[in-house]
Amino acid sequence: MNVKHFIEDKVLLFEFTEELDHHIAEKIRKRSDYEIQRFMPKRVIMDFKKVNFMDSAGIGLIIGRYKSTNCYGGTLELMNVNNKIKRIFEMSGVLKIVPITSDFREAKQTG
Amino acid sequence: MNKNIKNEMKIEFSSKSANEAFARISVAAFASQLDPTIEEIADIKTSVSEAVTNSIIHAYPNKDGIVKLRARLLEDEIEIEVSDTGEGIENIEEAKVPLFTTKGNLERSGMGFTIMENFMDELKVESIVGLGTKVTMNKKIKKTKELEKNTY
Ligand SMILES: Nc1ncnc2c1ncn2[C@@H]1O[C@H](COP(=O)(O)OP(=O)(O)O)[C@@H](O)[C@H]1O
Ligand SMILES: [Mg+2]
Repeated sequence: MNVKHFIEDKVLLFEFTEELDHHIAEKIRKRSDYEIQRFMPKRVIMDFKKVNFMDSAGIGLIIGRYKSTNCYGGTLELMNVNNKIKRIFEMSGVLKIVPITSDFREAKQTG
Repeated sequence: MNKNIKNEMKIEFSSKSANEAFARISVAAFASQLDPTIEEIADIKTSVSEAVTNSIIHAYPNKDGIVKLRARLLEDEIEIEVSDTGEGIENIEEAKVPLFTTKGNLERSGMGFTIMENFMDELKVESIVGLGTKVTMNKKIKKTKELEKNTY
């Protein structure tokens, strides 16, 4: 996972580079919560462009980060979600609370 | 429904989360003999990952155990069996309900069985509390690729 801070916009971007299963999600969870808590970003964006495998651990990861941003008034958005990953998110209903942003620049403008 | 078994593989591994990737990649490599599409392989990998993860976190929550994985290639389908000798499931129907989980505190989503049911053609869950759980999944691998080849 690559972490990018956009200080001026209060945006925190997590670029996932691994296969998002239970094993990896456990590691990402700790690191991402650490970054969220110390930066308190207005918006957190998760980029799935480089994810070529995801199972239901990805759903848990997102719901967990939704809670850790929502609790202080921040928002969570997803980006570059391919159809395979989208199908898994849709089954769970998680997209009703966490929107997909078409690209980061747009995310910055509309916010 | 006794179909000829064309090929079979078995592996056993410790219930360590690092083995989740190993398990799904092994089955995907084995399944490639049936010439599946990229989508079919992706469905198989996701389902294996779900079943194996369940054995690792739910069957053996506080100890190491053994997870068994068997895959069989039948005429036009793959049959995958994931079993453990762990805690077992009290109420299988309830466990299959979307979003049902007994481990919400561990950021589980309760979508594992729903994904297996959707991505595979058949799912069978057998379990006895205190003895363990066996999940059997089947997926048809379509033969369209043969037809495409013949048109050249
Ligand atoms: N191999 C297993 N051993 C014991 N319990 C299991 C096993 N597989 C599933 N379960 C039970 O079924 C529930 C639902 O499983 P699943 O749909 O994969 O959701 P999740 O893994 O996110 O909890 C689990 O929370 C657990 O209680
Ligand atoms: Mg599960």
